[in-house]
Amino acid sequence: MDEPARSSFPPTRLSVVRAAGSADPEARAVAFETLVGAYWKPVYKYLRVRWRATDADAEDLTQGFFARALEKAWFAGYDPRRARFRTFLRACLDGFVSNERQAATRLKRGGGVAPLSLDFAAAEGELAALAPHSADDPETFFHREWARSFFASAVEALRAACTAGGREAAFRLFERYDLEGPAATARPTYALLAAEAGLSVSQVTNALFAVRRQFRRLVLERLRDLTGSEEEFRAEARALLGEGDW
Amino acid sequence: MKEPLSDAVLAHLRVVADWPDLSGTRYEAVEPVGRGGMGTVYRARDLELDRDVALKVLDLPDPGLAARLRREARVLARLEHPGIVPVHDVGTLPDGRAFYAMKLVRGRPFDAWARTADRAGILQAFVRLCEAVAFAHAHGVLHRDLKPANVMVGPFGEVLVVDWGVARVAAERDAPGPDTPGTAHGTVVGTPGFMSPEQARGEVDALDARSDVYALGAILRALLAPLEAPPRPLRSICARASAERAADRYAGAEELGADVSRFLRQVPVLAHPEGVLERARRLAVKYRTPILLVLAYMVMRVVLILLAG
Repeated sequence: MDEPARSSFPPTRLSVVRAAGSADPEARAVAFETLVGAYWKPVYKYLRVRWRATDADAEDLTQGFFARALEKAWFAGYDPRRARFRTFLRACLDGFVSNERQAATRLKRGGGVAPLSLDFAAAEGELAALAPHSADDPETFFHREWARSFFASAVEALRAACTAGGREAAFRLFERYDLEGPAATARPTYALLAAEAGLSVSQVTNALFAVRRQFRRLVLERLRDLTGSEEEFRAEARALLGEGDW
Repeated sequence: MKEPLSDAVLAHLRVVADWPDLSGTRYEAVEPVGRGGMGTVYRARDLELDRDVALKVLDLPDPGLAARLRREARVLARLEHPGIVPVHDVGTLPDGRAFYAMKLVRGRPFDAWARTADRAGILQAFVRLCEAVAFAHAHGVLHRDLKPANVMVGPFGEVLVVDWGVARVAAERDAPGPDTPGTAHGTVVGTPGFMSPEQARGEVDALDARSDVYALGAILRALLAPLEAPPRPLRSICARASAERAADRYAGAEELGADVSRFLRQVPVLAHPEGVLERARRLAVKYRTPILLVLAYMVMRVVLILLAG
């Protein structure tokens, strides 16, 4: 019913970070779109909180940043031997914003490129709901917001995979226990979940186990996609899954 | 709008995504209890023996790190000592990650424990730490990352040295191969503030027991720092243990531990040649009770003589 027990490693394929520097314009465009999807929210929040931009300004700067990145092929210049991609992207962003602010050439921004369709209202809602950690150093702030966005998209991918596989009930258990549970005053017990879903406790245990294993696999697959080398993938996996508090 | 992932959910999802797949093994993970350089340590239930153990599990399937983890387990297996955490089992999980099982240490890191202890208690625990390290040295193993966080003190005062992930085995019995990765010259392993100057310079080939002695000296100094200024002999012990030049340090952990024991017994320490006054003061402290008794006796005699006169 679900994936085989020995799910060692996602197959190595060209990550989108690598594809961003590809000679094939179509591959480049697809890669660019994926990177925008993974990074626009942390970029917007970073501009709002760390650069203290107004919401309108942050929207403009986010659009302008990705437009300029596409125009100048910034992401193609990324070298995984020198830095992690998210550090590289943030450095590009900081450079872009200080230039913009100094030159005040905002009218020219975008150079006629159609704006990306990004849900800024949702990002604004998240900022309001989560009281951002403005005291963090810029790297930690950007990393946390990136991770929030990353995990949210992994959860969506898990939901889609469960729905496609007819395992909505399993996803619902995951949602109740692992997404709603940590915030609830009392985390539901397996027995309660079993009673709610009309299952036995061991069925709940097994379903949750399988769905979490799939979650891990999706997380690692997507992370591999968003990193430029095996070393960066390993370092980011460690930073995402284990290392330290952020 | 969907609820954003709160910090609590984010923290929980990190744990969920890291959770080891223990299906088909005799273990059941209970909770993460610590992080090492290579992976996470979990409290787990050994279902066969019905007891809690600690599982150190790599973050990812990684042949290089798996070799290092297995090597660490073998180093531990070789070091059977009450002060060194015993290893029970080593293997690979169904999701491809390497792990080993060891005794679950129920205790606190040395520095956290020391904040609730007095100086004599700290020094006694430190002597036991030196004995464990000396035992490893006698078996040709250098720890190379001794620091308060890698020393646990249990509820009965037992001292355990943990995290042997970067230990070096002198004169590896097996020829160096994929399972016994050495450390290339110029590679720096250890923790700033506790690693010896030669280790910080990456002089891998020059490291010997005295490099661990340096770290022990730094640990002692760190543990004593929150207390009132230590007496000179103790300061001299720290200074000698953590001398800049290896040649100026104690030759081994045993020698260092023995000197701390001497201090505890109030006999002269090797690290500190004492002057006449210091000797008098030390003896006065050591024999305070008999001296006071004799003095009291003499005062009483004088009073009696005066009264009689």
